Amino acid sequence: MGEVIVITSGKGGVGKTTTTANLGTGFALQGKKVVLVDADIGLRNLDVVMGLENRIVYDLVDVTEGNCRLKQALIRDKRYETLYLLPAAQTRDKNAVTPDQMRQLCQDLAQEFDYVIIDCPAGIEQGFRNAIAGADRAIIVTTPEVSAVRDADRIIGLLESEGKHNPKLIVNRIRPLMVKKGDMMDIDDIIEILAVDLLGIIPEDEYIVISTNRGEPAVANTSALASTAYRNIVRRLMGENVPLMILEPNDSLWNRFKKVLGL
Amino acid sequence: MFEIIQKLFGKEPQGSKDIAKERLRFVLVHDRVNVSPQFMEIIKDDMIKVISNYMDINESEMEINLTKTNTQVALVANIPVNRMKRSVLPGE
Repeated sequence: MGEVIVITSGKGGVGKTTTTANLGTGFALQGKKVVLVDADIGLRNLDVVMGLENRIVYDLVDVTEGNCRLKQALIRDKRYETLYLLPAAQTRDKNAVTPDQMRQLCQDLAQEFDYVIIDCPAGIEQGFRNAIAGADRAIIVTTPEVSAVRDADRIIGLLESEGKHNPKLIVNRIRPLMVKKGDMMDIDDIIEILAVDLLGIIPEDEYIVISTNRGEPAVANTSALASTAYRNIVRRLMGENVPLMILEPNDSLWNRFKKVLGL
Repeated sequence: MFEIIQKLFGKEPQGSKDIAKERLRFVLVHDRVNVSPQFMEIIKDDMIKVISNYMDINESEMEINLTKTNTQVALVANIPVNRMKRSVLPGE
């Protein structure tokens, strides 16, 4: 039996879909058999982030409604042998699926795959309840902002009340220079407030924009900082002990100037 | 100008992250209670138990709430007292 992991956040736009795509691809790079499930029914996006949007025939709702077999709806990523996507339906809404159906779907997928990674929609309504229903564990994505951390706290409470304990946290889009200046909450601040275990940190990285533009998950890149951060998280999820990345501020002109003057 | 001099010497004024942290702490006290409505009921029942040792109170009129001011969150209780219990008054 494989492991079912849901990627959630409460707030939209913090990087759930990017995280799903990169962790999934990261597992595939490690030789694991992975399926990514887009649970954001009505607003699918994981397909474009993965660059697989042109290959969709059937979707998640087709599977739950019995219009096709599960295997027919799975899109195999040609770049990575062991990576598959189950896309969300675009023309339906969140109520087209029930938590029970999702539980069954996750169970079926976990028979075939080492990892089932579910991209949860933003919000705390039906879509969220569907996405977490079949999950063995939850990963919460937040950014160092008041609104995102607040929503993460809410999600932790809701997961707890659904019996999903010990979610792990990814803090996304950290800007080291701003943290250094004291203008952005640091990891310790966020962990202290949310009181959950930290799974990893991802620096703000322009390469994420570039890779998303291309529809190629960034994690395969060997030079981008965010890519290394995602690979580290994958290794931690596989049980390896990988130290947190040390994020040094970019050497700006101003910093070099200070260095020259010995300040 | 003073700020610029401070920056030049690397002594920057307090950043905005402390403000963010304080605001978050504050808002989460309230949020976390709102997530479980039973929470206030549990506190209320416990308070009734303790206070009833000392005085007769009107339980149905009792109100407890979390209120926010600009600087803190407070638990405010309004508990109508019918009478004191003589047996526990000091000096008897």
